[in-house]
Amino acid sequence: MGHMQSLSRRAFVIGSAAVAGGIAFGAYGSAEAAAPSADDNPLAAGLGPNSVTFNPWVEISPDKITLIAQHADIGQGVGSVQPIMIAEEMDLDPGQFGIRFAGPSPAYFNTGFADEFAPFVAADQSPAAEEARAKTLEWLRQAGLQMTGGSSTLPDTYDKLRVAGAVARETLKAAAAKRSGVAVADLRTQSGHVILPNGTKIAYVALAAEASKIPPVLDAQPRDPSKWRMLGKPMMRLDVRSKVMGELKFGIDQRTEGMMYASVKLNPNKGQPLKSYDAGKARSMPGVKKILEIKNGVAVIATNSWYAMKAVEAIACEWAPSAYPAEQADHWKVLESSFKPEFLGKEWRKIGDIEAGLKTGKLVEAEYRAPYVAHQPLEPLNGIGLVTDKGMEIWVGHQSPRFVQYVAATAIGLKPEQVTFHNQWSGGSFGHRLEYENVRVLAEIANQMKGTPIKLVFSREEDFLQDIPRQIAIARHRGSVDKSKIVAADLQLASTTPLKGLLERSGTPSKDPDGQLAAGLWNVYYDIPNFRATSYEAQGLSPSTTWRSVGASTSGFFTESFIDELIHAAGLDPMKARIAMCTVPHYRKVLETVAEMSDWKGPLGNGRGRGVAFVESFGTPTAEVVEVTATDRGIRIDKVWVAADVGKVVDPVNFENQVQGGVVWGLGHAINCELTYAKGAVQQTNYNHHEAMRIYQCPVIEVRGLENDPKVRGVGEPPVPPAAPALANAIFAATGKRIREMPFNKFIDFV
Amino acid sequence: MIELTVNGIKRQVDVVPEMPLLWVLRDELGITSPKYGCGVAQCGACTVQIDGMAVRSCQSHIGEVAGKSVVTLEGLDKKEQHPVLQAWIEHQVPQCGYCQTGQIMQAISLLDLISNPTDDEINQVMSGNLCRCGTYPRIRAAIHAAAAKKMAEK
Repeated sequence: MGHMQSLSRRAFVIGSAAVAGGIAFGAYGSAEAAAPSADDNPLAAGLGPNSVTFNPWVEISPDKITLIAQHADIGQGVGSVQPIMIAEEMDLDPGQFGIRFAGPSPAYFNTGFADEFAPFVAADQSPAAEEARAKTLEWLRQAGLQMTGGSSTLPDTYDKLRVAGAVARETLKAAAAKRSGVAVADLRTQSGHVILPNGTKIAYVALAAEASKIPPVLDAQPRDPSKWRMLGKPMMRLDVRSKVMGELKFGIDQRTEGMMYASVKLNPNKGQPLKSYDAGKARSMPGVKKILEIKNGVAVIATNSWYAMKAVEAIACEWAPSAYPAEQADHWKVLESSFKPEFLGKEWRKIGDIEAGLKTGKLVEAEYRAPYVAHQPLEPLNGIGLVTDKGMEIWVGHQSPRFVQYVAATAIGLKPEQVTFHNQWSGGSFGHRLEYENVRVLAEIANQMKGTPIKLVFSREEDFLQDIPRQIAIARHRGSVDKSKIVAADLQLASTTPLKGLLERSGTPSKDPDGQLAAGLWNVYYDIPNFRATSYEAQGLSPSTTWRSVGASTSGFFTESFIDELIHAAGLDPMKARIAMCTVPHYRKVLETVAEMSDWKGPLGNGRGRGVAFVESFGTPTAEVVEVTATDRGIRIDKVWVAADVGKVVDPVNFENQVQGGVVWGLGHAINCELTYAKGAVQQTNYNHHEAMRIYQCPVIEVRGLENDPKVRGVGEPPVPPAAPALANAIFAATGKRIREMPFNKFIDFV
Repeated sequence: MIELTVNGIKRQVDVVPEMPLLWVLRDELGITSPKYGCGVAQCGACTVQIDGMAVRSCQSHIGEVAGKSVVTLEGLDKKEQHPVLQAWIEHQVPQCGYCQTGQIMQAISLLDLISNPTDDEINQVMSGNLCRCGTYPRIRAAIHAAAAKKMAEK
C-alpha cells in the first residue's frame, strides 16, 4: 500500500500562501481551529500501491498521472483549464494525464466565493474590504463549501492549482535527486519526466513510490506567467475533440450493468406533495415493470427511457395545490405590494442626501420588470442511482457534491457519508445543476428498487415544470438631473430571493438579506452625489434560484436602463457620460475600450441605433455596445462589442467563446423568454414556448479581454447582465421607444 | 423484431413500432451521439441521417425506419478526416457540447446541398438546431471553414 505524505492540507495551504501573495490562507491560527476534515487530502484513502498524492489535486501511480478537476464542468471549460493549470507547472503535456472530477470533500472548499460573499463592492480594495474577505474565506474553509458557481473557478483555483502543480514538480525533482545523487538545482523537468544533466530521463510515474517517502517541497514557486507554455495562449480545450467526435459521455449517456430506466411525473405546484393517482392505463403499457409512488409524484420503472416517459405521462395524478399564488397576475401583485418596510431586505448603500438630491433639478421615475425565466440546459435532468444496504451510489452532473450527499441522504434516511457521488460531464447548467429535483427523486426511486441501478431521465416537459426559475423582480427607480449632471439615483427593487432559496434547499438556510439582490444594484461606479440602493424581499411567491449571473441578470437591466434614462434626460451622450462619470480608473478603461472597438461617435440615424451598458458582476467589469436596425420586419441586432477585465485571460479561445455565449444568453432570454404560472404550474413546457436565441438572430460579437484588474476574475456570467440593457438602450436610440420589461417581444417585434 | 441498418451494421430490435428512432439508438443499441433534447423537433440534438437525409430521430418512428439505413455521427465515413469535424475542432466550437453532434450532422447535410453557403443560407438551415451555450458565431465560422476544406479536396 502506498502512503500519503505526512503532509497535512494545512501545511500545504500555508505553503501556498507564502508564494500566492494576497491570499489569506494560513493567517488563521492553530490546527484546532479548523474542522479536521478540511485539512485532509481526500485522495489519500483511495491511493494504490507505490503511488503518491501531494495534495487534493495530483495523484501519481506507477502507471498513470491523474489530475483532479475540483469544479464541475457544465460547458464552461473548467474540465480543461483546471488540469492545464496544474500541467503547466508540472511540465506535463496534454495526453500525459487523466482527468477526474473531485469527489465530495471539504478540502475542495471554494476560496473564490470570498469576494462575492463579503459585503463590499468588488472595486473596493481597502484594508477593511480585504479584511472582511479574509474572514469570509475562513468561514468558507470552516464550512467546507464545495460548489461550482458565481464565475469563481479561476478566482478559486488560479493560485492554488499552479502551486499544487509546482509542489508536485519540485517533490518529483527531489525524489529524482535522491535516486541519482544529482543536486536538485541541476535537474529540470519536461514532458512528464525529470531530466538529469547527462540527458537521462526519469518518468514521473517511475518516481511515484520514491516521492511518497520524502517530505514534499512546500515552498515550491509557481512560474512567472512570462514562462508559460500553454496558459494565456490560444490552446485547445481538452474536451473539444471528444465532444466533436461524439465520444464524450455525458451523465445521460452512462449505463451500468443490470440497469433499469425511470421517468417521473411530479407535482407542478413546486414543493407540494402528491394526493392520489390512477396508474391503471400505465401498468399495461409496453416495457413497464413497476409504478412507484414518491413524495411529490409518481415514477415508472421500464426497460427503456421512452417506455418510462410514455407510461408516466399516462398516469392521472391529483396534486396538492400550490403554496404560492396559482396565477401569474397575482405574483406581480405580491411584488407590487412588497415595497414596504416589513419586506425590507437591506439598504445596501447610501451616499449623500437622497431626498434632497431627488428634489434638485428634473425628477425621472421609471418602473422595470423582469419575469421568471427557466434554465433548461439541453441535457435534461438525469442520473443513475443504486441503493444497497451499505448506502447509495449516485452518478449525476452537479455543481455541489457535498450537498448532493446531504440531499440524497436526507431523502432516504441515510447519513451523507453513506452517499458516494460520481460527478459527470454536464450538457449545460446555467444554474439548473445547483438544484436537486433529480437527486432527491432518484434517491427515493433507487431506495424503493434496492439492489437495481436506476437510470432516471426527466422528459423535457417535466424538466420545464420542475425548473426552479430565475427570480422575478420589479424595480422602482427615481433619479434627478440638473445642469447636465445626474444629481441623484434612488434604486429600489422587490424580488424573490435566489441565493437564499438555494441555500435553504441545500440544507444551509440563511437569515441574512439575499446578497444577490444587491448585485447590479449597489455596485454602481458612477459619480452620483446622492445615491441609495435598497432591496425588498417578496414573500410567498415561487421558489427561485440562481440563473446565469443571478441577481445582476435582472438588476443590471434595471440599473443600466435607468442610468441611460437619466443620461438622456441630462442631454448627454450615453457613452461619453458613462466614461466621464466612472470613478474606477480601470473600469473606465473597459468603457473606453468598448467605445474604441465600436468606434462610438454618437447617434447613427436612419433607423439604426446603438446602446451601451456597463455592469460589474462577480468582480468582472463588462461593457457592451449593441447595434440594431429598425426594419419593417422588426428590430434586427447587427453587431455587439464586448470588453471585460478579468485581470488575467488564462484560456483565450475559451474566454472568447464564453463571452460570446454569455451575450447570446443575455440577449436571447431578454427578447423572448418568460415563465408564467397558471393553476400553480408553469405554462411553458418546451423550447417552442421558451426559445431564446437561435442562430438566425445571432449577431457578430467582437470580444476583447483586458488584464488591468488586480485580481483574477471569472467570465462565465459577467457578459450576461449588460446584454439586455445595451439592447434596450439601442432600441431606444433607434426608435425612441423605451422598453422597461423583459421579455422585449411583448412590446416590439424582432426580425 | 424490426430490422434496420445502423452505421453499416444490420440490427434487430424488439420494441413497439411507435418508438422513436432516437430512443432505439440510445437505449436499445447504446449509440449515444444522438441526444435527447426536446422530443418534439425543436432542438435538433437528435439529428441523424436516414438514407442520406438529415432527420430528427425523435420524430422518426422505428416502424417507419425498418429496412432503411441510418448513419449517426459515430458511423460517418472517414470520420477522423471529415472536413466538418475537423473544422469544428479547429474552431473549438463546443462549450458543453451536448447539441454539437446534432449541429454537425445538420451542417454536413447543409454542405451536401449547398457547397459554399452564405451566412443567410447557414441561418436558414441551422436555425432548427438550438445551442443553449450560444456557440453560434463559431458554428458559422466552422461551416465556412468546412466548405473551404471540402472545395480544396475536390
